[in-house]
Amino acid sequence: MKQSHFTLIALFLLVLAFIVAALFHDAGEKQAQEKRAADNSSALIKDYSVKAGNPSAKVTIVEFLDPACETCARFHPFVKQLMQQYSGKVNLVVRYLPLHQGSDQMVAMLEGARKQNKFWEVLELMFETQSQWTINHVAQPDIFWSFIDRAGVDTARIQQDMDGSAIMNIIQQDLADGKLLGTDKTPTFFVNGKPLPSFGFEQLQTLVESEVSAHYK
Amino acid sequence: MSAAEQIETNTTGWWLIFISWLVAMLSTLGSLFFSEVMGLIPCELCWYQRIFMFPLAIILLLGLHPLDSRVTRYALPIAAIGLLFTLYHSLLFYGLIPENLQPCRQGISCADDGMVLFDILPIPLLSLAAFIAIIILLLKAHRLLNRNNHQTRNTII
Repeated sequence: MKQSHFTLIALFLLVLAFIVAALFHDAGEKQAQEKRAADNSSALIKDYSVKAGNPSAKVTIVEFLDPACETCARFHPFVKQLMQQYSGKVNLVVRYLPLHQGSDQMVAMLEGARKQNKFWEVLELMFETQSQWTINHVAQPDIFWSFIDRAGVDTARIQQDMDGSAIMNIIQQDLADGKLLGTDKTPTFFVNGKPLPSFGFEQLQTLVESEVSAHYK
Repeated sequence: MSAAEQIETNTTGWWLIFISWLVAMLSTLGSLFFSEVMGLIPCELCWYQRIFMFPLAIILLLGLHPLDSRVTRYALPIAAIGLLFTLYHSLLFYGLIPENLQPCRQGISCADDGMVLFDILPIPLLSLAAFIAIIILLLKAHRLLNRNNHQTRNTII
């Protein structure tokens, strides 16, 4: 056998081993994730969580999000579109997973805005202006304060409301539930308790579609 | 050195480089597996070791086909710098030198427990073993092939 054959065979075997191991690992991981979600279904939705859409809809999307996460901002229009497309059949539950530094302050602001029924307005404003108040992946709440007027909120009241320990408890509980469910990235979606098979908008759409057609015949 | 002896030296040298390339390839694919498939985030020191391991997988392959005895000259310094990082990392991991107190920030500590595979294999130790193996193999190949070179050069002069 020539030496170049050894090299080619070794290269082929190494790459093959990598691919096979990766496929095995992904399959195992997917199963583990599904099991975690099924075992901890009570951690998915809390009474205090922000909800949107028809409360009696049979399909529920749970989204773990971080206001400072770029992918969450880019996903938001798609999620809104899905909600419109299946209006009445699908509702949405928002859970917080503020993984970026400073992001917990942004969540506190959102909870403050929620008391004025302006949660969605402020969340959308945060996503729109995100590139201006996140610097090197660190949230800068002070910068966002200069934009928040545009959402038509009472800023003095938000400042007052966001300091409460109740909001910090919500964030801690959401982070703890995220951990139980094995959620370490944002956004993470669960549709009727099922995790996405892999991350992507199409995967979310497909899962929502199949759940809608299963529950509304 | 006779022609037959020279061919034998070259063959032995080739195999030494081949095995060190295998080690570099295993390390490269292994570390990519940890980060891209298993989702482990490489710590800062891991990144420096990767910077000096990944090119070895390419340079050594090029030195094998056709056999280029000078490849050891280019690969050894890279492996040596990699070894320094991995030595430092291993000492840090086992607490033999303290990690400077730093404010917490996103990212992972280089002395983290998450760096142990299957509960028994610490990644820094794997890296240390790989760099040591590559350096020993390349040093042997270097001595073999370069002794050869000096002789040919002398005869030309």
